[in-house]
Amino acid sequence: MKILVCISHVPDTTSKINFVNNDTEFDTNGVQYVINPNDEFGLTRAIVLKEQTGAQVTVVNVGGTDAEATLRKALAIGADEAIRINANPTDGLFVAKQLANVVKEGGYDLIIAGTESIDYNGGMVPGMLAGLLGYNFVNACIGLEVSGNEATTIREIDGGKETATASLPLIVAGKKGLVEEKDLRIPNMRGIMTARTKALNLVEPTGDANATSSVKFEKPAAKSAVKLVNADNLDELISLLHNEAKVI
Amino acid sequence: MSVLIYTESNEGKFKKAAFEIASYAKKVADSLGTTVTAVTINASENAALANYGVSKVLKVSNDKLNTFSAKAYADVIKQAAEKEGAKVVILESTTDSLHIAPLVAVNLNAGFASNVIELPVSTAPFQVKRNAFSNKAFNITEITTDVKVLGISKNSFGLIENATSLTEEDFAPALSDADFGVKVTNSEKTTGKVTIADAEIVVSAGRGMKGPENWGMIEELASILGAATACSKPVSDIGWRPHSEHVGQTGKPVAANLYIAVGISGAIQHIAGINSSKVKVVINSDAEAPFFKVADYGVVGDAFDVVPKLIEKLKAFKAANA
Repeated sequence: MKILVCISHVPDTTSKINFVNNDTEFDTNGVQYVINPNDEFGLTRAIVLKEQTGAQVTVVNVGGTDAEATLRKALAIGADEAIRINANPTDGLFVAKQLANVVKEGGYDLIIAGTESIDYNGGMVPGMLAGLLGYNFVNACIGLEVSGNEATTIREIDGGKETATASLPLIVAGKKGLVEEKDLRIPNMRGIMTARTKALNLVEPTGDANATSSVKFEKPAAKSAVKLVNADNLDELISLLHNEAKVI
Repeated sequence: MSVLIYTESNEGKFKKAAFEIASYAKKVADSLGTTVTAVTINASENAALANYGVSKVLKVSNDKLNTFSAKAYADVIKQAAEKEGAKVVILESTTDSLHIAPLVAVNLNAGFASNVIELPVSTAPFQVKRNAFSNKAFNITEITTDVKVLGISKNSFGLIENATSLTEEDFAPALSDADFGVKVTNSEKTTGKVTIADAEIVVSAGRGMKGPENWGMIEELASILGAATACSKPVSDIGWRPHSEHVGQTGKPVAANLYIAVGISGAIQHIAGINSSKVKVVINSDAEAPFFKVADYGVVGDAFDVVPKLIEKLKAFKAANA
């Protein structure tokens, strides 16, 4: 089985979010980049499947040279090879089209991505990839087992969960639950050493046009100070929630 | 060239989000000089859509669609959009609609903007404002394709009643076996409990509760308010509460009218997940807890003192306002 794990290179969850160039670009100054958390659960799941079935795991990113450190980290965690598609990932449909080319070229059986990235929060690339390829697709996936050509998936639904089966090729958009947080793999020294010798292949993008473009960013308006209510005067809190906020 | 909406139903019934996107679509249709058509799948209360500005319903009745299939549903919506010549297709932000929307966009070769929180900034060029960076910023996105697909963030727009005369039309799109490649074998839903996705009010608690045995008062507070219960990441990681209750950047997002946080300090990742909620109340014994900086109302005090008192006061309030 050949597994492709799609990796977004995103600001760490604790990053300060600021913008430059008249609020048209994200301010990368002092920002630490990481593997998108939703993708990290998928990557660990892929490594576990590799250990169970002898699958080959490739990681792919659409991004600039700065994303290579993130791909090296994925190799250190246990992926066999990496592909970087040399383009600025500014539109979901464009990114999906680039990934679709890689999938067709490489003949992958299972493609695992994150449900959404924590920077643009588009939540669209895995579904669009499935649409472009005509493959089966499970979103918000919190459980994945593969046996031969058949996968069993669990997805989160509003107020519960749903189990389904699908044959490969399959695209899964995963999140926490695909593996437990405590089971996430982190690079060890041996992994870091061997990652240096693994292939990181560069692919040039095709000329597909973007379907959307970012015009500018805005930050939320500064919040007015909290109204503190004395713990011995909770009638006031209820009155504020009822008469001022009108939420109860 | 009407505006098409997919109004999701659950056992035939619409939820608030369906009427919310209808209200939104009516405003968009007005500005484009057109009308709103809804496509529904096995829904039993289509007439209710007339209250929120929908002029036409394409009713799909097909037993094969009683079980969710993202591809099949996306195929239905694509064919409805083509039939109506829709240039704008609008979906909800439920788990199922989030699953379908990107497939619809690809089917229609359309640009897609998710997490949209307001009416379009402009319709020519077509620009919308959406949440990005996990609610720490907004992004104005321009969709440049002929057909546009929008996902409207839950609870961001509200309901606008607009009585309209409604035509209902049966619609039987062609579906293929390939639409049903993912076969649902089991579905588990908590019954009798308000879910975080549907809740208007969410009561959430963190490590300040000291242990899972103390959650009774949180459940009681939620029950009085008709609220869903939620928890912080550390609490779900150590197993005090199920993962399904974890809200925050890597958990479930919350966009409630009222979010009450008890004994949660307010890590940046937690705030990111709940910041779309309209009113935030924080109860915490530490006056320096970062959560107070983003809260609307706060009580500095021990949860074990404040929550039982609040429960009594709310009971009296509910009795007086019943």
